[in-house]
Amino acid sequence: MPDHDLAIVVEGLRKRYGSKQALDGLDLTVRAGTVQGILGPNGAGKTTAVRIMSTLLRPDEGRVEVGGVDVRTRADEVRSRIGLLGQNAAVDEELSGRQNLEMFGRLYHLGARRAGARADELLARFGLADTGNKAVKQYSGGMRRRLDLAASLISRPGVLFLDEPTTGLDPRGRMEVWNAVRSLVGGGTTVLLTTQYLEEADQLADQIAVIDHGKVIAEGTADELKSKIGGDRIDVVLHDVAQLARAASLLPGDVVVDEDRRMVSASITDRMAALTEAVRALEAAGIEAEDIVLRRPTLDEVFMHLTRDDAEVAA
Amino acid sequence: MSEATSESSGTGSRLSWAAADSWTMTRRELAHWARQPVQVVVGLVFPVMMLLMFSYLIGGGQGVAGDFKAYLLPGMLTMTMAFGLEATMLAVTQDLGKGVIDRFRSMPMNQGAVLVGRSVADMLQSVVGLVVMVAVGYAIGWRWHEGLASFLGAMGLLLLLRFAMLWVGIHLAMVAGKPELVQAVQILVWPVSFLSNAIASPESMPSWLGTIVEWNPMSATATAVRALFGNPGAGGDSWAATHAELLAVAWPVVLIAVFFPLAVKRFRDLSR
Ligand SMILES: Nc1ncnc2c1ncn2[C@@H]1O[C@H](COP(=O)(O)OP(=O)(O)OP(=O)(O)O)[C@@H](O)[C@H]1O
Ligand SMILES: [Mg+2]
Repeated sequence: MPDHDLAIVVEGLRKRYGSKQALDGLDLTVRAGTVQGILGPNGAGKTTAVRIMSTLLRPDEGRVEVGGVDVRTRADEVRSRIGLLGQNAAVDEELSGRQNLEMFGRLYHLGARRAGARADELLARFGLADTGNKAVKQYSGGMRRRLDLAASLISRPGVLFLDEPTTGLDPRGRMEVWNAVRSLVGGGTTVLLTTQYLEEADQLADQIAVIDHGKVIAEGTADELKSKIGGDRIDVVLHDVAQLARAASLLPGDVVVDEDRRMVSASITDRMAALTEAVRALEAAGIEAEDIVLRRPTLDEVFMHLTRDDAEVAA
Repeated sequence: MSEATSESSGTGSRLSWAAADSWTMTRRELAHWARQPVQVVVGLVFPVMMLLMFSYLIGGGQGVAGDFKAYLLPGMLTMTMAFGLEATMLAVTQDLGKGVIDRFRSMPMNQGAVLVGRSVADMLQSVVGLVVMVAVGYAIGWRWHEGLASFLGAMGLLLLLRFAMLWVGIHLAMVAGKPELVQAVQILVWPVSFLSNAIASPESMPSWLGTIVEWNPMSATATAVRALFGNPGAGGDSWAATHAELLAVAWPVVLIAVFFPLAVKRFRDLSR
């Protein structure tokens, strides 16, 4: 029985390229109408997973259902429900933006008139109305990405796959894509997005799955993941870079040194006790602090922590 | 939620969608031409240049008696059709390397339409190419001596050869998949062309070579086309030489029967 609350179900997905196990038993469920973030470093298997879920690639093993429909046996049905923004631009470079959208509209069987109207509507929505008749090869990277996103929305898909949608965009382009994703989710679309940016997952995703070496190594909301690495952190910014190492040795727990920002950062459990302890220890050692801050961990730190653990387990 | 029209599963509507998708993909190729007219013109000028070069500079024909132009033009038309193999192979190789193919694959369209669009566009280009060559041939003094039906029959045989080369090209592009291999094929097409009676007559060759030449599919088409135009032929009394019309149909049909299904299957399985 397909569970209609679940837009995507992935079970035991495996894919091997030669001797490289790109996916190694990936499991995932995504509730309808939510944003699922897939967070992972280069080579983690994000693109491979998205290509299998969007019918482009056949898995060696495992099962994927999108909207209760199996991607292997009923690919055409899945294709009429999904939109895909791949990692690389999937538009025709020789044609204009408008020609691209109109062509895709026809191929989604909207009919000539509706395909044209939809093309104009999407060009306007993504700020491409003025450049709609230029060849795509003359577009900037950001324009191309926006056109690509517009193309993936032509059929008003119920499930949208976005593979690193903002990689290579400037901050403004990134904001535009984020806003587009938010408004889609407001309209009930289920979104699965992969990213290397923890901030992006933090901003957009309801649920985050951290993957590495082709499987999920942690899962939960951004807050749940943050609390996984033991609560809060203390950041100490120094005057003198030369004293960083000394300062690091004085702080408790899991310490990270950032030379560029002249900063050491440590995990702590008891906020006030840690603060007084740190101030006293630094003073006793004659190290002058410019700033001391208590804060929640960033997803970056969660990520480093998780992937490092994973490497240790594998070793 | 989805705006894409839910398709009724009837075979009739499936076929009409396949036709509509194929037409959309053909329009894509035509739009490419419209944006790159220079490339299209170069594609048409190249065979014309070859024709002029062979008739005026090299001239005289290798062992051909009588009017060389009358012998040459059908041969050049045949060679142009055979060279279409490279054009198709190059276009498909370039296309498959493009990201847009991924979008086509993620859409509920007829997947064969990508190949059909390619083949319709290539055939259109070949028809235009033939018309230009015939017109130039006429201008430099070539004539055909049979009726309109024979003329159209000759064009039909040439386009049949082109259609066969098209599917061979699509298949090779998918098997090879790399621009370097296209180059290898581009180089190989030349000796295969010269191992036919397109330009030279097999009479002038050692007999073992002459036999190879007579069995070359290009020779069959060129000989049949010469007969239909009423132009002088290459002669020869071997089975292949005297049954050129039959072979001019049989060779392409066999090639299509082999490479069409292979190409379609290959395309379906690609990257899966
Ligand atoms: N076509 C292929 N042939 C061989 N190996 C491949 C192929 N595609 C992916 N891989 C390998 O599989 C692994 C997973 O690749 P994948 O592209 O899914 O990672 P990713 O998480 O998307 O990485 P990135 O963040 O760099 O996009 C990598 O080690 C990659 O080298
Ligand atoms: Mg990737």
